[in-house]
Amino acid sequence: MAFIDGLFKLLSDEIYFNLIRESRYELFLKGLLISLQLTFCSALVGGVIGLFVALARLTHNKPLNYIATKYIDIIRGTPAVVQLLIIYYAVLAQTSLPRVTVASIAFGINSGAYVAELIRAGIQAVDKGQMEAARSLGLSYGRSMTYIIIPQAIKNILPAMGNEVITLWKETAIAGFIGLDDLMRGAEIVRGRTFSNYTPYIVIAIIYFYITLLLTQILGRVERRMRQSD
Amino acid sequence: MIKVVDLHKDFGDVEVLKGISNEITKGEVVCIIGPSGSGKSTFLRCLNLLEEPTSGEIIIDGISLMEHKKQIDKLRQKVGMVFQQFNLFPHMTVMDNITLAPVKVKGMPKEQAMEKAVELLRKVGLPDKDYAYPNKLSGGQKQRVAIARALAMDPEIMLFDEPTSALDPEMVGEVLNVMKQLALEGMTMVVVTHEMGFAREVGDRILFMDEGLIVEENTPEELFGNPQNPRTRSFLSKVL
Repeated sequence: MAFIDGLFKLLSDEIYFNLIRESRYELFLKGLLISLQLTFCSALVGGVIGLFVALARLTHNKPLNYIATKYIDIIRGTPAVVQLLIIYYAVLAQTSLPRVTVASIAFGINSGAYVAELIRAGIQAVDKGQMEAARSLGLSYGRSMTYIIIPQAIKNILPAMGNEVITLWKETAIAGFIGLDDLMRGAEIVRGRTFSNYTPYIVIAIIYFYITLLLTQILGRVERRMRQSD
Repeated sequence: MIKVVDLHKDFGDVEVLKGISNEITKGEVVCIIGPSGSGKSTFLRCLNLLEEPTSGEIIIDGISLMEHKKQIDKLRQKVGMVFQQFNLFPHMTVMDNITLAPVKVKGMPKEQAMEKAVELLRKVGLPDKDYAYPNKLSGGQKQRVAIARALAMDPEIMLFDEPTSALDPEMVGEVLNVMKQLALEGMTMVVVTHEMGFAREVGDRILFMDEGLIVEENTPEELFGNPQNPRTRSFLSKVL
């Protein structure tokens, strides 16, 4: 009995000190909002960069192709934290952009490389006859891409894009390196005050997990809707 | 209307077309027959530059295709194409498949394009399929939509690349009937086909191709009834 009482006391103390006292839950909440915002903006930036890099990879323009290939190689070959710090200190710290914007650009540049490869594969998976049919009707290359190829490619790559967003969501946990108060930093701050070894981390692990679950469900629903026109 | 002079096409080391010359006049229905691998489809695809010829000249309405590659989109509007695999756009309804090019390329108002599409669908015998998606159609229906889609651009000439080869036998007739009707209306047509009955009945002229060359050409009566070249004879004896 004493053991169970002890466990209960421990649990309630941990919850009290890490979440309730001094309204510390607010630190987690604020962090959550920043992490979500960061993920959303980075996904947008990454999507746009990815589309253009994928198109650059598919053209027969040699310099464009070269730049796109190198970009993908470099991003995939270096750690995201290192990229984040370089982009922050070397490039964007000179400007007066807010940190969230800087981080969104940095994560977007990182994600763009992976998205570019997804989009390229998705475009190449569209049947060659589609482009031929579009061109034979007098549509230019650009219009054929816009109206015929890319809409079908998006459908092909949607599941993989969903995974990319989920990866991005978890990857933003390194945003604290450039002083952003994201979810991860929220846990660090609370831990600094309460000296709890692991409770703040368990709290954010649960939050990360449930947000991932939510994203998975949303993506599943979008996929099902897309499949209805099949 | 189309003049082809000494057309060559290589794929790497393989010479697929070895010097093709021909002239197709307005209103003519030319059927191209021959064994597979003889270059029939490649020749047809060169006529709207889906394949770029290695050398030679293609002149449509007095305009050289090879010298006007930059304006190819404009020239392609004159040349409709129907593919073996239909190549309908699967993410669009039949209506959008047909109206896309007139609206986006010619700048036709959407309502006008839709009216035209309805009329074309009636013509190919599919008056009630405007809002169906392609995957809800049978092969024969898909190919008829593909014909309507090509006609929506008011082409001066229609190219058919084995239009019935991917169809179940019972659907071949419905597509050939639409093509026959088109021929009767005076459309200039170049048809790569294995349907010898169609070629004989509808064709004004038959080209027999083998190993990248036009081996023999003649009226259907002469070519089917009295083939001159031994290769033509051997091919016809196998398919008829």
